[in-house]
Amino acid sequence: MIRQLHENLKSGKVTSVELTQKYFDEIDEKDKNILAYLTLHKEEALAEAQRIDDKIKKGEEIDLLSGIPMALKDNMCVQGGRTTAASKILDNYIAPYDATVVKKLKKQGAVILGKTNMDEFAMGSSTENSAYQKTKNPHDLNRVPGGTSGGSAAAVAGGLAVYALGSDTGGSVRQPASFCGVVGLKPTYGRVSRHGLIAMASSFDQIGPVTQTVEDAAIVLSRIAGRDKKDATSAKSGGKLYEDYLQGDIRGMKIGVPKEYFSDDLSSEIKEISIKALEKFKKLGAELVEINIPHNEYALPVYYITVPSEISSNMARFDGIRYGLSVDDQEQSKIGGGNLLETYLDSREIGLGTEVKRRIMLGTYALSAGYYDAYYKKAQKVRRLLKQDFEKAFESVDLIFSPTAPEPAFKIGEKTTDLLQMYLSDIYTVTANLVGVPAISFPIGTVEREGKNLPIGGQLMGRWFGEEELLNAAHTFEIN
Amino acid sequence: MLKKEDIMHIAQLARIGLKEEEIEKYQRELSLVLDYFKKLEAVDTENIESIGHITGSHSVVRDDKIIECEAKIIEEIINNFPDQKNNQVKVKSILT
Repeated sequence: MIRQLHENLKSGKVTSVELTQKYFDEIDEKDKNILAYLTLHKEEALAEAQRIDDKIKKGEEIDLLSGIPMALKDNMCVQGGRTTAASKILDNYIAPYDATVVKKLKKQGAVILGKTNMDEFAMGSSTENSAYQKTKNPHDLNRVPGGTSGGSAAAVAGGLAVYALGSDTGGSVRQPASFCGVVGLKPTYGRVSRHGLIAMASSFDQIGPVTQTVEDAAIVLSRIAGRDKKDATSAKSGGKLYEDYLQGDIRGMKIGVPKEYFSDDLSSEIKEISIKALEKFKKLGAELVEINIPHNEYALPVYYITVPSEISSNMARFDGIRYGLSVDDQEQSKIGGGNLLETYLDSREIGLGTEVKRRIMLGTYALSAGYYDAYYKKAQKVRRLLKQDFEKAFESVDLIFSPTAPEPAFKIGEKTTDLLQMYLSDIYTVTANLVGVPAISFPIGTVEREGKNLPIGGQLMGRWFGEEELLNAAHTFEIN
Repeated sequence: MLKKEDIMHIAQLARIGLKEEEIEKYQRELSLVLDYFKKLEAVDTENIESIGHITGSHSVVRDDKIIECEAKIIEEIINNFPDQKNNQVKVKSILT
């Protein structure tokens, strides 16, 4: 899709301004129902589009992403723009600088249409935890788009952006991509700089593209990846163009099928679609290998101990002092002195939503004196065992396949009352973040619900820093 | 089940103000999740070191050099202060 639009821009078939305007028209018409966007950057977007059009007119070379309209999840900073992470505590926050990914995209001449909705501070699985609005799934407006990058996935699926960036801590790019029938990539931990991404759980967070095709994901990844001095955890990489690795040939590739992922807990219809996808991989020349991830059943508890622990630490910065909401109302205060402690207590009580507070509380408990060893330390040990399971698995296979989510998009409100049920939506996706490997979700079929066809995503996980193989396999599946 | 005092203690540590009616809700919810975590007790982690950086990088340092911040960024950082005086962030009294 991006390559085609790029050709159209270069040949003069369409201008970037026309293309950008077309997307804003679509947003005007459809986004009142989908509610994917929180903020639009109309003026800046059209100015950038004009700049690219001028370059094309002058015969200058432009990059693949130049002049292409895209969207950013609202937890990435754009200088001078409102950046809320869908939280009331950042309602008035104006980012003073560009996130590294934004800087890179701007350098390529990307046209940023606006900022998309998400679960508050990227905590949730349905985008229902946004403090502002509930984004709808374009395939069925009664259903959630998934989360936490639900706005980004809905925007791409609904034709409101060519592509978008999301962030993925435990499936937040892949699960909404699965629910919305688009492609979502979580790169290897460290592949993309996190500088300027509002932190949730720092040892898990990765920024990744949400796109219509696997090739688009490769094109976007090539342009946002790389070592960044401002993120000490970012990894060196040699400026690869991932789109050059999409040979469309996976003969001889070994795809691991973990027994644990296809247990009786998996619904028969998702299982059936997954098996069909595996058969297709086999037909394309891949070899299917049954493997074991012995510690897989512990992935979710490990995730829900370590992530809230990191959250409780990261969220300490929202204290009503340096930016964001600061509650300075004597009547709000319980003790009635208006001191610093009350600013903390009241700003956080009023500014943060339920799920955010719940996770801060949980993490604070897991890290508190007397419980640290039993929860956090224990979880970090099991996390190592899980990583070892993956190292062992990748000795015999190149990629690992699973469904992305145990079900299609669920109804709005269906799971908001059942905490553990909501957490279970992440069962196939958290592991990639726990062990740091790259993973991609791509459409593998649909199921019918109340007369509507709902997309189902398949997930491939690859070796650490093995995005080439991962993208090539998903691409080969997609074009055949 | 976590006690009422446990919740109040955690909330105090986390600097989150709580309403009386929320305490019971947190008692229920946090206990539920903590019970779920008990699953990990079954894993033998004897002699297993807890994990550090997931892809194995360590001791990333930068040169100890002062890098000046752009004036525009400084201005925008100050604009985000809820309260300021002479370009400094102003805070409430710590002791009352």
